[in-house]
Amino acid sequence: MGLAVFYILAAVILVSALFVVTLRNIFHSALMLIVCFFGVAGLYASLNADFLAAVQVLIYVGAVTILIIFAVMVTHQLSGKKIRQYNDQPVPAGLIIISLFLLFVVSLSKTGFEVVKSISSSPTVEGIGKALMTSYVLPFEVVSIVLLVALIGAIVIARKD
Amino acid sequence: MFELGGIFEAIGKWLNGFLPPVWVTIISAVITGLAVLGFLSLLALFLVWWERKISAHMQQRYGPMRTGWHGVLQTIADGVKLLQKEDLMPKDADRIVYFWAPIICFGAAFMAYLVVPFGKGIIVQDLNIGILYIIAITTFTVVSLLMAGWASNNKWALLGGMRSAAQIISYEVPLSLAIVGAVMLAQTLSMNGIVSAQAGGFWHWYVFREPLGFLVYYIAATAEANRTPFDIPEAEQELVAGFNIEYSGMKFAMFFLAEFVNMFTVSAIAVTLFFGGWQPLFSFLGFIPSWVWFMGKSLVSVFVLMWFRWTYPRIRVDQLMNFAWKFLLPLAFLNIILVGFGIVVFK
Repeated sequence: MGLAVFYILAAVILVSALFVVTLRNIFHSALMLIVCFFGVAGLYASLNADFLAAVQVLIYVGAVTILIIFAVMVTHQLSGKKIRQYNDQPVPAGLIIISLFLLFVVSLSKTGFEVVKSISSSPTVEGIGKALMTSYVLPFEVVSIVLLVALIGAIVIARKD
Repeated sequence: MFELGGIFEAIGKWLNGFLPPVWVTIISAVITGLAVLGFLSLLALFLVWWERKISAHMQQRYGPMRTGWHGVLQTIADGVKLLQKEDLMPKDADRIVYFWAPIICFGAAFMAYLVVPFGKGIIVQDLNIGILYIIAITTFTVVSLLMAGWASNNKWALLGGMRSAAQIISYEVPLSLAIVGAVMLAQTLSMNGIVSAQAGGFWHWYVFREPLGFLVYYIAATAEANRTPFDIPEAEQELVAGFNIEYSGMKFAMFFLAEFVNMFTVSAIAVTLFFGGWQPLFSFLGFIPSWVWFMGKSLVSVFVLMWFRWTYPRIRVDQLMNFAWKFLLPLAFLNIILVGFGIVVFK
């Protein structure tokens, strides 16, 4: 049951990701990105990481992709046009992809993964909250500052004067 | 007595008697899905009629009067009319996206009811992340509006879609932050948990603990439901109908139904988070079934939303954005700080 769900979700994610990079209409690519992110949220949900699944949908579908679509719609040159998703350098690109793939295969096969017998179904929200506020409070605050810097940077760039 | 929660349990027990558990799960899922769908359809029919009557009486006219008693059957007649209409599609429309937009819109509105507590024990699935799930799933509404606006290949539809995206993204921030206050007080994200935390008389309701949070939530929710004074995505007078201008027949009906369902959704969340959900006003009034309390409170909230619509003029786009980012957002942060202090001081 769990394995079948995983394979279905994995197929959805991979196929939609493939569409994202091959479709010629950038609006369709963005919509496929939503399907892809939703599939990833499904993977989290099937692993009982309910909080992570909801946040994945909220942030990636609700904010990131909407902003991408919004940018596409505002940009007149992009919307409604067919765009080439390929460039003229397939050979170097292919070489890099193959070497990267080999690197992944080697590193994955050498890693000893810990196998968990059963997934705990206890709520994760409280644990995540406590961890963020105690043992991981420094990275958490650093991330906030990085985001703030990005925000101010965007405002400075967008300012007219 | 008259509590509906027991009925669902009884059906479950009866099914368990002669069927294997897998089938019971599937059958109960189908039954609850159909029950929620039927409830929402009836509710939308009623709300459309109600809005027409309220708007009419606020403008000193009668509204629909001919079909049935005071026009109660008017929406059914309109529905039959919409079913018979030709399903038009603009020549240069993006066919697939055009087709899926209304379905996703209605689906997102429908999916939110997975975690709405209608009464004691009447909740489809009491998810741990309840309220967060609702915020997450309703983001698909924006996606559907953008899809509809873009696929119609019409300037007004595109403008409407973009306006709605900008508006909903902006108001989602204060909305989510306003919800945080209630979550902090209840110490849980589960909808049932939040309702239980407000038990024991109306002075325990969170609207009296954090009135500021309720104010921010209600204003932002009005904007999320695309209701006047925040209805610039539709703006009949300037955009002729916004994102759904090209839609006709059943596809239009789906957008229309989703709009009314969304209005009830934001009301139901407001009732759950700030007005004690299905809890009675005083505990001695507990003999009235919990679902009556929930529906009563939610319908009052829906009435207030309709009242807004027929009272206030629409606000301008730039005012809309300024209001969200420069007024509501600081208020929402202030609410979180106040609630935090309150929890520490009064504990």
